[in-house]
Amino acid sequence: MELKMFLLVSGLLVGSLVALGGASGSPAKGCKDNKPPVIEKDCHEPAKNRTDKKENETVKKSFPVLSLDYENVRLPFEISLWVLMASLMKLGFHLMPRLSSIVPESCLLIVVGLLVGGLIKLVGEVPPVLESKIFFFYLLPPIILDAGYFLPIRQFTENLGTILMFAVVGTLWNAFFVGGLLYGVCQLQSANLGDVNLLSCLLFGSILSAVDPVAVLAVFEEIHINELLHILVFGESLLNDAVTVVLYHLFEEFSNANTITATDVFLGVVCFLVVSLGGIVVGAIYGILAAFTSRFTSHTRVIEPLFVFVYSYMAYLSAEVFHLSGIMALIACGAVMRPYVEANISHKSHTTIKYFLKMWSSVSDTLIFIFLGVSTVAGPHEWNWIFVGATLFFCLVARVLGVIGLTFVINKFRIVKLTSKDQFIIAYGGLRGAIAFSLVYLLSCDHFPRKNMFLTAIITVIFFTVFVQGMTIRPLVDLLAVKKKQETKRSINEEIHTQFLDHLLTGIEDICGHYGHHHWKDKLNRFNKKYVKKCLIAGERSKEPQLIAFYHKMEMKQAIELVESGGGSKLPSAMPSTVSMQNIQPKRSSQERALPQLSKAREEEIRKILRTNLQKTRQRLYSYNRHTLIADPYEDGWNEMLIRRKKMKDLEKKMNNYLTVPAPPSDSPSVARARLTSDPQVRGLKSATKNIPSIKVDFASPQNPESFSVEDEFRQKGSQPKESKEDDGGLTMKVPSPEKQKKDKTPDEEPQQRLMRCLSDPGPAAEEEDEDDPFLP
Amino acid sequence: MGSTNSTLLKIPNVEVLMQETGFSPAHIIRLHDRFKALDKEGRGHLCPQDFGAIKELAMNPIGDRIIGAFFSPGKETVDFDTFVKILAHFRPVDKDRPKELNSPEPINSRSNKLRFAFQLYDQDKDGKISRDELLQVLRAMLGMQVTEEQLESVADRTIQEADLDRDDAISFEEFRKSLEKINIDNLMSIRFLR
Repeated sequence: MELKMFLLVSGLLVGSLVALGGASGSPAKGCKDNKPPVIEKDCHEPAKNRTDKKENETVKKSFPVLSLDYENVRLPFEISLWVLMASLMKLGFHLMPRLSSIVPESCLLIVVGLLVGGLIKLVGEVPPVLESKIFFFYLLPPIILDAGYFLPIRQFTENLGTILMFAVVGTLWNAFFVGGLLYGVCQLQSANLGDVNLLSCLLFGSILSAVDPVAVLAVFEEIHINELLHILVFGESLLNDAVTVVLYHLFEEFSNANTITATDVFLGVVCFLVVSLGGIVVGAIYGILAAFTSRFTSHTRVIEPLFVFVYSYMAYLSAEVFHLSGIMALIACGAVMRPYVEANISHKSHTTIKYFLKMWSSVSDTLIFIFLGVSTVAGPHEWNWIFVGATLFFCLVARVLGVIGLTFVINKFRIVKLTSKDQFIIAYGGLRGAIAFSLVYLLSCDHFPRKNMFLTAIITVIFFTVFVQGMTIRPLVDLLAVKKKQETKRSINEEIHTQFLDHLLTGIEDICGHYGHHHWKDKLNRFNKKYVKKCLIAGERSKEPQLIAFYHKMEMKQAIELVESGGGSKLPSAMPSTVSMQNIQPKRSSQERALPQLSKAREEEIRKILRTNLQKTRQRLYSYNRHTLIADPYEDGWNEMLIRRKKMKDLEKKMNNYLTVPAPPSDSPSVARARLTSDPQVRGLKSATKNIPSIKVDFASPQNPESFSVEDEFRQKGSQPKESKEDDGGLTMKVPSPEKQKKDKTPDEEPQQRLMRCLSDPGPAAEEEDEDDPFLP
Repeated sequence: MGSTNSTLLKIPNVEVLMQETGFSPAHIIRLHDRFKALDKEGRGHLCPQDFGAIKELAMNPIGDRIIGAFFSPGKETVDFDTFVKILAHFRPVDKDRPKELNSPEPINSRSNKLRFAFQLYDQDKDGKISRDELLQVLRAMLGMQVTEEQLESVADRTIQEADLDRDDAISFEEFRKSLEKINIDNLMSIRFLR
């Protein structure tokens, strides 16, 4: 049902997009001709104005109540429409569960792009093409920043050598292999490709050789392979940007010049070092600036995420100014600033950053693939079987050979070797994407007369890798039984022991006299702790060791989870505390119990506290009248709201008062007394409350105060028929029966579940009294 | 090659050593050189002061434990054999070693590596890491920056997570289980000693 509605909406949107696209079209089309008739048809007022003006200047023209002025908002309107359509498409794919498990999202989006482009072309308009400027400045940075900010640093640095080998040597090998062989093919007489010179082929090869981070992310995110392979392929796709940039500029320059000397080659190598290292340095500088700025944001928490985004974007743009590798700058910026920024910013800002980055990168990703499809339909094509076929073939072969050859060399230096399964996945995961397309698009037609053919070839390769490889990689991963990502999070044991082992290995290395990996890591950590953290992290947290920060994070996460799930009758006090959250955690050995085990006596005491306090709240609202209590406030929504508001306030107060670990019982009566002083009725219960510890019980989550009102209502309702005396007398009478019943029923989960059930059913009737009995225990 | 051979001959029981530890002759020689460099007084064995002279080791939070691991209980000195055998724990694992049924497990197997690490925690050698021992390690690693209560909460939580038989201590099996996701081969190997 919702799928049909969704299709209808999206169909309407696409239709409007096509119409608008047609109406505004490309600048060459001369859209201005179309506009006035459209306006005049729709709106009478301007016509009237014109006629009025013609007649007499002095006649006052009538005030235009409604006018159409599309030109004004054309650009933002179209952009928003595209983004909206892209997001709706993404939504739609996930509504079709079967489809999204077979076909990766990127394929579907390209198909949608093809359809939209086809539609636009049918209408007779020129479909928009993915302009390189828009791609490189607006669509690519969010994806890269998302990747760089959340880069797993430890795995990345552990495998850095391997990643660099693949990125640099692998890309170079790919470029020259493909370029050289293509030139050989072009020399064949039959191909009619004689005018493609060596440099063009090499340039084309270098553009083609780069594995694309966008495509890799899109596909690999869905297959959940193990972290090692993920970081290898993904790291390679990120770092090969420097190589691509250098090669691209190199060959572009060379195509102007006629001779290539050894100096040029040497300068090329120097250029590569400058581009990559320069990019990293620029990124690191901005990262440190961002970290330093975040130190002072404790008073303006709201704009903290903005600093992260703007500094990163500035890093990217600054690198692009000098033709350095913008991608590497962005990664370096994100990776450098993350540990310090996260120590400084508030929890909410952290969540904001995370979700904004994911959102932007998701939208960018979708738009890129859709535009790729549209551009395929739009772009001028020149199909040449031999060239395209040869390109595809050589591309695949180069990748496989490159991976095998490099792994052979790399395995000599690795402790954990790469198996052939790993090699296969690495080779298979070498997807090409929109970066290659945009780079070809940027080529100038004068120097590269066969640009259209290049475009066609590269689109073919992209389509092949994304569709064929993207679709088949998931079943292949299952078939080959490649290790998948482990979903469990790190435990504190692992953290402690990893640190311990790090120290151990550093010590052993010192004993051996060998300055290895651990030695330098240890030195870096020490430097970091001593100088850098003091500068960049605000206040006390600069001295907090990593282990404690990790511990705090874990406890906080667990506390949030606990509160959200509504469980737990014990909450530890604010740190430091001797009661670890682990105590609260449900122990799996005790089967159904979702709440921690309490002795029955304690449970009863807790319930008594709750009952008395809540009842007191209730009675503050109403003057005691047995009869009005039967006429439940649910008849009157307004009263219900009052109750709820009251509950919320009381709940807050209670939470503040009772957030302690089980204290000696001597505390409780005084506290209970303080609360209950104004209520004479409840004094009767004082003897029962003697042994109640001052434990706060939140039966339901604090965000759900209605639970209390409902529960309270139930209790009241339940007690109605039984009581013959005062209200609280009825309550005291009620007390023994739930106790008895409680002894029969052990699980604590039931009240929890019934509470939840009752929450969805706000209108209690008198018949439900029977349910109250099990409800109470 | 001649000099290396002669150096090798100077070391007693070289053949047996290489067999047990799996080190190549080149490694043995390198370690022998290092041993001699540490043994400043040329006694042929090392005492704790020689280890203490290594500057970086003094800065290591668990440096004294590491030094202690070299000295078997009761002995005051470390001879070359023991030195090499302990360092053999940190050799990268040979994946393509043929599995001989009767030979003992190689020193650098995953299990032995873990056992070595476990013994560093378990100072009183009762086979379990008690809460106090864990606290000592944490105190050593985290130093003065953390309050005692925080240390205790961390220790509590650690034990609760790992302790499966609820004896409030971590046995070797529990230790091994809590680290099953970590690639010990990678984490406890030094490439230099391949």
